[in-house]
Amino acid sequence: MKKNRYLGRLVLTVIAALFAFGFLLPTVLTISNSFMTQSEISANYGKVFANVSGSDGKAYIADTVNLKFIPDKVTFHQYIAVLIRSPEYLLKFWNSVILVVPIVLLQLVIASITAYGFTRWRGKVRSFLFFFYVILMLMPTQVTLVPNYLVSDWIGILNTRWAIILPGTFAPFSVFLLTKSMRRIPASLIEAAKLDGSSEWQIFKDICLPQCRSALYSIAILVFIDYWNMVEQPIILLPDAEKQPLSVYLSTINSSEVGLAFAIATIYMVPSLLLFLHGEDYLVEGIAHQGSVKG
Amino acid sequence: MSMKTAEIKFGGRGKKPLAAGQGKVKRTWDRSNERIRDVMHSAAFLGPSVTGVAVFFIVPFLVVVYYSVIRSPLNPEFVFLDNFKAVLGNSSFRTAAGNTAMFSAIAVPLAVVLSLGLALLLECRIPCKSLFRTFFLSPMMVPVASVVLIWQVVFHYRGTLNVILANFNVEPIDWLNSKYCLLVIVVLFLWKNLGYNMILFMAALNNIPKELLEVADVEGASAAHKFFNIKLRYLSPTVLFVAILSIINSFKVFREIYLLVGKYPFDGLYMMQHFMNNTFENFDYQKMASAAVLMALVMVALIALLFKVEDIFGKDVEG
Repeated sequence: MKKNRYLGRLVLTVIAALFAFGFLLPTVLTISNSFMTQSEISANYGKVFANVSGSDGKAYIADTVNLKFIPDKVTFHQYIAVLIRSPEYLLKFWNSVILVVPIVLLQLVIASITAYGFTRWRGKVRSFLFFFYVILMLMPTQVTLVPNYLVSDWIGILNTRWAIILPGTFAPFSVFLLTKSMRRIPASLIEAAKLDGSSEWQIFKDICLPQCRSALYSIAILVFIDYWNMVEQPIILLPDAEKQPLSVYLSTINSSEVGLAFAIATIYMVPSLLLFLHGEDYLVEGIAHQGSVKG
Repeated sequence: MSMKTAEIKFGGRGKKPLAAGQGKVKRTWDRSNERIRDVMHSAAFLGPSVTGVAVFFIVPFLVVVYYSVIRSPLNPEFVFLDNFKAVLGNSSFRTAAGNTAMFSAIAVPLAVVLSLGLALLLECRIPCKSLFRTFFLSPMMVPVASVVLIWQVVFHYRGTLNVILANFNVEPIDWLNSKYCLLVIVVLFLWKNLGYNMILFMAALNNIPKELLEVADVEGASAAHKFFNIKLRYLSPTVLFVAILSIINSFKVFREIYLLVGKYPFDGLYMMQHFMNNTFENFDYQKMASAAVLMALVMVALIALLFKVEDIFGKDVEG
């Protein structure tokens, strides 16, 4: 009986380890490959990237790729090349930063004010409004991009960064999550402050915001990763290649620069991985509190 | 309810309790005053966001609806359903809608079942749980753009997977340009989304009353019995939530496809967003508007359906 139980645990651990291996593999390979020399990458993967875009791959059946974990020779050459010799990549990285950081900050500011409004006062109109925000949050980009495009066109911000930043600022995602976490603040706290003669703004600023600190952090991470990863919005709202973020540009890297591509890809995941390692527990808590769409 | 609690609930700033004889008039006057103050306060807090949402989403969406029922912006003749009929008859739209539906139909159930499986796995007594949690969750934080290179290497016609399969005498498959293409995207989708769903399930599993499971243990219930009759009942709202989330995320899978194979993929990977992009490029407002309206209707229907189901299951747990 006992032996059986041990065996069961072993099997479960092996299954978990296999899944972990699968989940980590792409990330680890990208990072380890970024330390390869250009010639090694060409030798290993040249056949794949020689004709990424559509042309018939069946012409070279003889050659296959050679996926490797550990480089023959570890080198930082690719990084040096990206950081010093090819400023266009850093420029794209910067494009990502100046799109995503304002969205995260503005969306959180607007959302926390709004969430307070939804928490403090209830009523038919407001619960309908909240319900409406939930529906809007659930709409896929295929639906929301069309209105965004039209407005940007009307007010003349199409093809500028604002065409992405402004709709991002008012996206209802963090309103929903923040309202959920503000509603968990004990009502007695707010009532006590009220009796002390605090104004609504003071209650919001001094009581609700500090109570929601971990929720704010986890929502910031979620919003960040969502926009750091964006592709659809820039393609349509910001077609100017000069201004596009690295997330779009990475896919257009051509075969002569595959060596650099791994290094750039690694640099691009660094900010979000750092955020993740630092805030994993908050993030988990934040996701866990989502619970259900209602309420 | 006593006067006092009522006052606290609706009360304005620094309000003193009313003296006994002051009567009803003053009270109703105060109350309507407070109501006005409440409305003004809530308007002040909700105003910025509601304005922004109205400007960037609602008003233009109403225009989209308007565009979808007229001939063209230059010739605003009311044609009602003509545009919708045209879009529904359009072969690219059909391909896109079919592929998107097909993808969701495969990916969503897998996402729900596998992430629940992972959550249950981490509930078992295995070592290094928190490390496993970190590993399972990590893909969520990796931008897809960063890992598509590896994906291309693995699933290319001369890629790693075919090299491995060759050892088992399997003919090489052109993964991204054949009927298997959807499978590749499903794997990528699961890789990215399972961790997030797993966290939702882990939280829900945590909320199941422990006493219930203990009682079941005492009565000698089997693991399967406990799972189907206790856990799954408490999990049903989360199952639905994860399903909604996965459906929405499955509509976003264009991103992965775009990064993997570019603007003009193999037919089997032509998604709704590809169709929308084409209408944007051709400034075909009528097609674009009616496709967006159709999509919104489908979403609202799906959400309403899932809410309904959640209502039924929610009552089941309470009762």
